[in-house]
Formats: sequence, structure tokens, C-alpha cells
Amino acid sequence: MKLDLLTGLYVFMLAAFIGFEVIRRVSPLLHTPLMSLTNALDAIAVVGAIILAGEHKSNLAAILGTIAIIAATSNIVGGFIITDRMLRMFKSSAPKKP
Amino acid sequence: MIFNESFIEVTYIIATALFILSLKWLSSPKTSRWGVWAGEIGMALAIIGTLLYRGIVDYKLVAIGLVVGTIIGVPLGKVAMTAVPQRTALSHAFGALCVTLVGTSEFYLRSPDISPFMMSVLSMEVILGSLTFTGSLMAAGKLQEVLPQRPITYKGQNFVNLGMLALAIAIAVILVLHPDQTRLFPALIFIPLVFGVMLIIPIGGADMPTVISLLNSYAGLSAAAMGFVLNSKLLIIAGALDGSSGFILSVIMSKAMNRSFTNVLFGGFGQIQAASGGEKEQRPVKSATPEEAAAILAAASRVVVVPGYGMAVAQAQHKVRELFDALTKRGVNVTFGIHPVAGRMPGHMNVLLAEADIPYDRLLEMDAINGDMAQTDVALVIGANDVTNPAARTDASSPIYGMPILDVDKARTVMVIKRSMAAGFAGIENPLYYMDHNLMLFGDAKNFVGNIVRELSGSGSDGH
Repeated sequence: MKLDLLTGLYVFMLAAFIGFEVIRRVSPLLHTPLMSLTNALDAIAVVGAIILAGEHKSNLAAILGTIAIIAATSNIVGGFIITDRMLRMFKSSAPKKP
Repeated sequence: MIFNESFIEVTYIIATALFILSLKWLSSPKTSRWGVWAGEIGMALAIIGTLLYRGIVDYKLVAIGLVVGTIIGVPLGKVAMTAVPQRTALSHAFGALCVTLVGTSEFYLRSPDISPFMMSVLSMEVILGSLTFTGSLMAAGKLQEVLPQRPITYKGQNFVNLGMLALAIAIAVILVLHPDQTRLFPALIFIPLVFGVMLIIPIGGADMPTVISLLNSYAGLSAAAMGFVLNSKLLIIAGALDGSSGFILSVIMSKAMNRSFTNVLFGGFGQIQAASGGEKEQRPVKSATPEEAAAILAAASRVVVVPGYGMAVAQAQHKVRELFDALTKRGVNVTFGIHPVAGRMPGHMNVLLAEADIPYDRLLEMDAINGDMAQTDVALVIGANDVTNPAARTDASSPIYGMPILDVDKARTVMVIKRSMAAGFAGIENPLYYMDHNLMLFGDAKNFVGNIVRELSGSGSDGH
């Protein structure tokens, strides 16, 4: 258990540093899509919910787990759709008439 | 089934790499769509890997969850661009709901056999999750205008809020020491739920960009805490990425308003304004008609448009594109100056203008455009107020003193489209409006811009 905790903290720290470095470079143009994309990625929490509902260890866990799957899945689906819609809108200058 | 277990881990490792690439590719509009695809593939892999987990006995519930979630998710992905801020707040709430429910189930499944460390992260997961859930719902309600947008403040508000937070933490400490006290657990959910509501009550619309970013950060941290509880590195990483993204955006937003987080959350902008909003300036202002405005714009060689939340409210972005086209056709150099906190969430204005087909290389950040302001013939302010207020530079007594602004007052002519002289959302007087080189264009942003466009194209076809 103790080893797991330390490994987890290492992973968290490294991921936070990577996050800072990568996200700092995101253009302010794209801050709204950034937020909707990270939101969709964050919904990876669905894997925890799937295990909880799927294992069906108690009725409470199964019910709460299913609601959690619904919430996370709607974030995944909605988040990816809207992010892609937004990013498709960003176009560079078309060749303009003088 | 060793093979099965390691197969799942491999899908998680690939998913992690794809998530990081996904964010990396978002750094430029050119590669950004790859980012979405990488995220989608990573997500699909991780879900498939999880479904292969041998502990899953009840596939029916999982299928119901995935199908219903998709049915809810699709319309949420297809909302109008103007509704993106409230949609984002709503998705923070959904994410937090998922985390809270999983945390709750884990507690009841494991109690009383929970180590102090496990109970600490579990408490953090549930506290952050619940307060983010109701806080984000409140923010979404305010943005959707089903709740009053005005900040509501009362005496002792901070005392009440901090007291609630302290109480929740105290209960968490008791549970860490005595994880068998299952009766205390509902309070660990309920108090942060109320706290989330109370936290957003005093927040006004102008503070929404900071608050949404902060809620984003909380949602990420709660997911990372869930990763510790479930011992899932994938979840710790995704949560850390989301948390740091929200944190970076919060810092950018706070800096752009020259305020600290604590000031946004506990400062009560409303109280400061009440003190300074008393005196009203009675000086004369100059105004202009659409014809005059069109003539001035047509004679300019460099125009900077400064959009704000008012443009979004008036749905004027498409008319603004027509203005952009009409002026560009006449050889006028038109750029847009975007303040980081313009609108209701980070990047809000960019999305609306991109939707209206304005090329993104015309959308410039505040720092990029301020240096050129003195060489600008006309600065046209559409539905922005505080972010152009020169008092932020000059008047130390102003509540927004020190906030970085777009220096539109340095342009040769400033034109401000505004409904009336009423003070803006924050209730702060804007001395810009009384300056000699400033013209007020009174009217609805959409109609007024439409009228200017008609003047420009009308005189153009007449050959004047």
C-alpha cells in the first residue's frame, strides 16, 4: 500500500509538470477548446465507474456506478463533439482580393 | 489471466501517451484537430481495455450507462456556440458528479477497513467533487440566466463559507481517524454541496472566466484523488492534466483582472463597486450616427475591433464579420484585440469570431495589439467596457486600478457601441466615454453594425 502511495505521488507530480509545460504552450486563441477537451479527457473517470457498476458488489455501488457512467460518458461524447466543432471553425486567412 | 491484466495496463499506457499528445497538438490551430482524434482514440482504447477486465460481471448496467450517456452527450456537443460557457460549466458538474458517486460507493464498500491515507484522498475526492458539482451547476444557471447574474453578498458571507469548509475538513479528519463512523459520511457530501452553492452566490458575470477555470481545476484534482483511491495511474494523470490546465487558466484570468484567486472567491467585487458607484459624471459625451461612423471607418487605414460580452449577448458576431469583409475589401487593415477575460470563459470571443468565419490570424492578444494602438486610426469597441477603461492605468482609486487593459484610448479615434450611458456590469464609470476623441454609438450592437455595413456597401456601389 505504501509503495502504491509513493508511486501515485510520483506519477501525479510528473503529470502535473508535463501538464504545465504542454498547456502553457496552448495558444490563447484555443483556450475554450482546451477547456472542453481537458473536460472530455478528464471523463476517463468512466473507467472507474465501469468497474464499479460492472463488479456489482452491492446494489448501491451498482446504481451509483451506473449514474456515474452516464455522467462521464455524456462528458466524453459531448466534449469531443463540441471541441471538434470549435476547432473546425478556426481558419487561417483565405487568399484575399487586393 | 495474467495476459488479460497486462493487456488492460497496455491500453492505459497508450491512452496516457495519446492524452498528452492530444494536449500538445492543441498548441496550434493547424494541428489542433489531431489532438481531438488522439484523445478519442486514447479514450476508446481505455474503455475497451476496461471492458475486458475480468471482474466485470454485470455488462447490462455498463451498457445502459454508456448508451444513456451517449444519448445525453450528443445534444450537449451540439449546443450553439453562444451557449458554450454554460455547457462547459455543466460538464464540470457532470465530471464532478461521476467522481463523487464513485467515491461514495468506494467508501461504503470498503468501510471500516480504510487506511488513513486512503481515507484522506477519498475525503478529498468527495469534498472537491461535491462542491464542484453544485458550484458548477450554479455557474451554469447564472450563465444560462435562469439564476440572477448579479452577485449576491451579505454580511459575514466569508465567515459562513469558511466555517462550512472547516466543518467539512473536520469531519474528514474524524473519518480518517475512525473510518468506521459511516454515519458521518453523508455530512462529508452534504456540507460541500451547500458550500458549492454558497461559493458561487457572490460571483458576478464578469468573474465567470476565473471561476469556470477554477472549477475546471477542482474537477481535475477530484479526478486525480479518485485515481489515488482506485490506484489508477491513468486517472491520476488525466486528473493532473485537467487540474493543471484549469490552474493555468485561472492564473491567466486572475492576472488579466489584476486579482488573486482569494479575491475572486472571497473578495466580493460587488461590495467595492457599491462604494465607488455613488458619484455619477455629468460631463458631455459626443455621439455619432451610423453614417458618420461608416465615413470615419472608411477613411481609416488601420482599425482595431475590441469585442466584449455585449457582442455575444447581441449576437452581433456575424454582422461584425460583414463589417470586417466590407472594410477589408476597401483595403482597411482590420484586426481584433481580444482581452483574456472578454466574455464569460477563457477564449470565448475567439470561438464566436471564428464561428463567424473571421480568420484566426486576425485575432490578436492584448499584449500583441497594445503596442500598435498608437498607430491605429480607429478603435471600435463592441460590447466591451471594463477591459477598455483607462482608469485602470491612471486612477489609483478605481476598483479596477492595475488591471491590464486594451489601450483603445491611444488610438486616434475611439468609437464605442453601447446601448446607453448606464454603467457596465461591474458598475464602474469609464472615463474613456468623456474623452475628446471618443464617439459613442448608441444602439443595439447587431443593428448598429448592420447599419454601418449598409452605409459602407451602399456608398461603395454608388462609386463615391
